[in-house]
Amino acid sequence: MDSLNLLMDGFGSILTPQNLLFAAIGVLLGTFVGVLPGIGPAMAVALLLPVTYGLDPIPAFIMFAGIYYGGMYGGSTTAILLNTPGESASVMTALEGNLMAKVGRASQALATAAIGSFIAGTIGTMLVVFFAPALASVAVELGAPSYFALMVLAMVSVTSVLGGSPLRGFIALFLGLTIGLVGLDLNTGQTRLSFDQPLLAGRIDIVVVAVAIFALGEAFWVAAHLRRSPVRVIPVGQPWLSGTDLKRSWGPWLRGTAFGFPFGALPAGGAEIPTFLSYVTEKKLAVRRGNDEFGRGAIEGVAGPEAANNASAAGTFVPLLALGLPVTATSAVMLAALQGYGIEPGPSLMTDQPDLVWALLASLLLGNLLLLVLNLPLAPVWAKLLRIPRPQLYAGILFFATLGAYATNLQAFDLFLLLVLGLLGLMMRRFAIPVLPLILGVILGPLMELKLREAMAISGGEVSALWSEPLAVVIYVIVALAIIAPLVLRTVRPAPAAVAVDEGIAVDRSDEEEKVR
Amino acid sequence: MTTIVVGWTPDEFGEAALARGLEEAKLRAGRVVVVNATRGDALVDQRYADDEQIAALATELGGAGVEVDVRRSMGADVGDQVLAVAADVSADLVVIGLRRRTPVGKLLMGSVAQRVLLGAECAVLAVKPAG
Repeated sequence: MDSLNLLMDGFGSILTPQNLLFAAIGVLLGTFVGVLPGIGPAMAVALLLPVTYGLDPIPAFIMFAGIYYGGMYGGSTTAILLNTPGESASVMTALEGNLMAKVGRASQALATAAIGSFIAGTIGTMLVVFFAPALASVAVELGAPSYFALMVLAMVSVTSVLGGSPLRGFIALFLGLTIGLVGLDLNTGQTRLSFDQPLLAGRIDIVVVAVAIFALGEAFWVAAHLRRSPVRVIPVGQPWLSGTDLKRSWGPWLRGTAFGFPFGALPAGGAEIPTFLSYVTEKKLAVRRGNDEFGRGAIEGVAGPEAANNASAAGTFVPLLALGLPVTATSAVMLAALQGYGIEPGPSLMTDQPDLVWALLASLLLGNLLLLVLNLPLAPVWAKLLRIPRPQLYAGILFFATLGAYATNLQAFDLFLLLVLGLLGLMMRRFAIPVLPLILGVILGPLMELKLREAMAISGGEVSALWSEPLAVVIYVIVALAIIAPLVLRTVRPAPAAVAVDEGIAVDRSDEEEKVR
Repeated sequence: MTTIVVGWTPDEFGEAALARGLEEAKLRAGRVVVVNATRGDALVDQRYADDEQIAALATELGGAGVEVDVRRSMGADVGDQVLAVAADVSADLVVIGLRRRTPVGKLLMGSVAQRVLLGAECAVLAVKPAG
């Protein structure tokens, strides 16, 4: 019950008017960016990274936590009302959710998504409260080789298991690792990949990379596809749930949470698999009960995947806080924010920065509650946001992107880098290369190198030291499985997305840019 | 034959313009070209009709007893698109719905009606919804 006491302390530190204000700003901003497809919480946090220079860590992370969860709520609103799954995690929600909206049950779909997200988020965060300290206390004992192996696992799982094409994933990962290498090698003092540019000798600032890839890349992409046939948003009233709907939602909420959390908590996280599992399970259960409404707007098909989505989002805080390993784009950018404060992420985070960690966890719970209170009545307002013309919206984003990139170092050269990396971001979208592995490569790459050097230094340059710890060996076996299993599965049975399409549900993602969390 | 272009949106302003356009067409034994245009730069545009609304419009116009052509277009300026169609069919009259706008509102939002009024080669009839 030690964790609970610490959590109460966390609540104590965030329940000030100023911090509550930041929490409210965070959830509103998060929902705002979540509702608009193409703009995600990762971009929002990246744009806000420069703000952290003038803000204490605790209010900054309260705001980021709000954006993270808010983005999730916003995404489900768009998925239900427009059938435009902003991110891969809400594809499953869109299937039944949009069907429900079409038969006039948009309010119920939004309500079950919002309440389900709240319940899953709360249970998930409480599980983080209990699991993360335990995992961290084990992880502190980890040697450099095991730690290096864990990072390899995180990268490989994000690259190969999630997303459609492992090849594209690895292209992105290696691009990211290369960007992470630029600059001074701290061990030897040599400059790498700097092309004799003194300005490149210092590392490329992570703010510049994140803002360029998320904001500029997206803005260029939108500029290239400015005019598209508008879609009709399904009118929505006040979200509410009747007694029957509530009864039908309970089971899927809890089962979805049970699916979502473990997948998020493993460094092989991601919400695609648990949302898919939840959808399939609810469908099977509905058939067994004999009232199969799937395909005509089943509330279970919204409640389950939405809960799984949020539980997995909560679960990603376990590896982030206990191991310093991010598995989503938003948590990767949050990790960069931690580094910006000079806080070293890793197993010692929970003991070194208990105030910050527990305030963050408390603010996740608080943000969740705020979202429920705000979003149930505000859903019709959020739907109106979809009418914002893209030129105005992206002009604002470009303004903040440029301001942020310049403000980090007050260096005009950073604006040039911003432009170049922004064009890279455009190319990545053009060729459907996922953004997450790149960001992970940029942020985790240098940390990984540090651990590799450490292991090498201890062993005196003996490469076998990398698999000298039993845990490291186990992890490499999992890594091998993570690479081979999808290849084998793909030959044995079609991918989940293909199954969904086979069932007569067209998920049009071809021209809809991938929004990363 | 007299050709009348109607700037139509799926709301009361579009309905008012269309009703008047059909009246004029009957009076002059002409045909009506309905234009529904969008800038297409937002995810949702309430003034752009979806397929269902176009289908409903077509059935509504089917019983009007006037030759009707429905066109949808997308481009930088809605007013210019109405004008382009008017030029294309060499319209004799353009009918548009007029919404109430304060001077400041017009400054901020611009005015499709004003562009059509100033830019049209033919007569322009601006109508307001009843009430």
